[in-house]
Amino acid sequence: MSGTGPRENIFPTRMALTNTKLRLKGAQTGYSLLAKKRDALTTRFRAILRRVDEAKRKMGRVMQLASFSLAEVTYATGDISYLVQEQAKSASFKVKAKQENVSGVILPAFEVDRVPGSDFNLTGLGRGGQQVLRSKEVYAKAVETLVELASLQTAFMILDEVIRATNRRVNAIEHVIIPRLDNTIKYIISELDEMDREEFFRLKKVQGKKKRDAEAAEAQRKALADAEDASVPVPEPFFEEASGGGDLLSSKDEDVIF
Amino acid sequence: MEALLFNVSGGFLEGIVRGYKAGLLTQNQYSNLTQCETIEDFRTQLSATDYGNFLANEPLPISTSTIADKATQLLVDQFNFLRSNAVEPLSKFLEYMTYAYMIDNHARTLRSPNVEELYHTALVETPLAPYFRDSVSAADLDDLNIEIIRNTLYKAYLEDFHAFCAALGGPTADVMHRILSFEADRRAINITINSFGTQLTKEQRAKLFPTIGRLFPEGNNALARADDVEQVRQACEPISEYRAFFDVSGAPRTNGGRSESTANLLGDLGDDLSAVAELEDRFFLHEVHLNKLAFLQQFQYAVFYSYLKLKEQEIRSLTWIAECIAQDARDRIHDFIPTF
Repeated sequence: MSGTGPRENIFPTRMALTNTKLRLKGAQTGYSLLAKKRDALTTRFRAILRRVDEAKRKMGRVMQLASFSLAEVTYATGDISYLVQEQAKSASFKVKAKQENVSGVILPAFEVDRVPGSDFNLTGLGRGGQQVLRSKEVYAKAVETLVELASLQTAFMILDEVIRATNRRVNAIEHVIIPRLDNTIKYIISELDEMDREEFFRLKKVQGKKKRDAEAAEAQRKALADAEDASVPVPEPFFEEASGGGDLLSSKDEDVIF
Repeated sequence: MEALLFNVSGGFLEGIVRGYKAGLLTQNQYSNLTQCETIEDFRTQLSATDYGNFLANEPLPISTSTIADKATQLLVDQFNFLRSNAVEPLSKFLEYMTYAYMIDNHARTLRSPNVEELYHTALVETPLAPYFRDSVSAADLDDLNIEIIRNTLYKAYLEDFHAFCAALGGPTADVMHRILSFEADRRAINITINSFGTQLTKEQRAKLFPTIGRLFPEGNNALARADDVEQVRQACEPISEYRAFFDVSGAPRTNGGRSESTANLLGDLGDDLSAVAELEDRFFLHEVHLNKLAFLQQFQYAVFYSYLKLKEQEIRSLTWIAECIAQDARDRIHDFIPTF
């Protein structure tokens, strides 16, 4: 019955019933929307997970190549770090952040912006310049991979958080809000039914009483009439009545001159 | 004639340096080193050689740069011993050898806020003064690229060293002429190739070419005008030894296929670069070859220079092998250039 589950503390009226029904409908719509969102996010999440995996593997390879190319540079030219530090004046490798919208979740995405700088392209002029150039390229690739990975990882974290929140909401709606509204509606309906039945019963009772009263009154009247029948002839008062309201023309009054 | 009196002042040190040369790693030791699984193995293998336990006191893990540093320190100690025992003109010769390193070291300090003062310091305090005076002014220090300064100095140094060796005469001049000529040509070719696609103008480039070497003067002129590797090849065509450097298909590949994946990663650029990088390896190979030849002549000073260069190459090879072991790049471990 209405008392089985948690319900809202509400006065059981038809008005409240309509409101609650509307709210239930809202909750159901919200539930299906959120469930859809969750599914969309999860799909996206899986895709990102796969790409994170790929990117990490790629990073491993690329970083190895990069550090190896640095070894080649060291082999050919020796230590070039001071030259690079000396001549690197402006960043030739920039990271730009932009936003991407996935089912209402704002995901930051990082983009590589390479300025074709010529900052230290004279490094190793006398020896090993090609290795330096090559190493520069390989490291640029490595950083690109890192940027890609960073953007995936961030998306991964944010999506994870959002999916949790959405899941909580979906579950809350499914297991708390909708049952409570359901219970409330059942409660209101049952209360209203109860009230209906009470009303009906009361009416029945009143009707019965009225009927009984009416019968009693009838019986009394009958009894009265019987008694009157016996003592006073009924037509007499009738006659008097008739003579009282009789034809004025038929009777002559001596006082009437004309 | 010089053979008669050479041993009076140079015999002892030549003996010493030839003894040092015998301590260079052999092919057999190199192949042992390439078998090593870890850096510790590497160290153990090295301790059986002339290097001894130069890494014994290093805390683990040993980085490849530590190995290079320690090995270089050994070389520097040997060199300082030679230098402190030398008399004229060998001491002057050895001093000339240090100038090349001095230029490199000096280039590091060039860019300080007080350029003017630094310039005077360089003029007064170091033996590099003549090179500075002739090629760079204080104003240049401020706006010229550090690499250009370095190469200008190096050019002046090579020419000066060459002139000094010629003045020494005899077999020293012969052998050093060969080695320094190659060094000069190598620099010219490298500068040409490395300056493609940079802001270095052709006039600037031509100024950096040493005016010695077998390519001088017509080869240098051709190099100064070159726009791509093909033209560099043509410029080197007259010298039969240099022709082989550019022979991509014929010559035995010094490195068994430069790492495929790097080439894939870089696309076309990678192909082009690896061909040039290979050129660099061939230069190293030829340098080692010339330096080995220097030991075939007696009573001359070139052995000191050659020993230093060979030892440098050996340290590079050691670092390379150590690097390959550390980074687990077994397929490239044989790409070093063995000395003996």
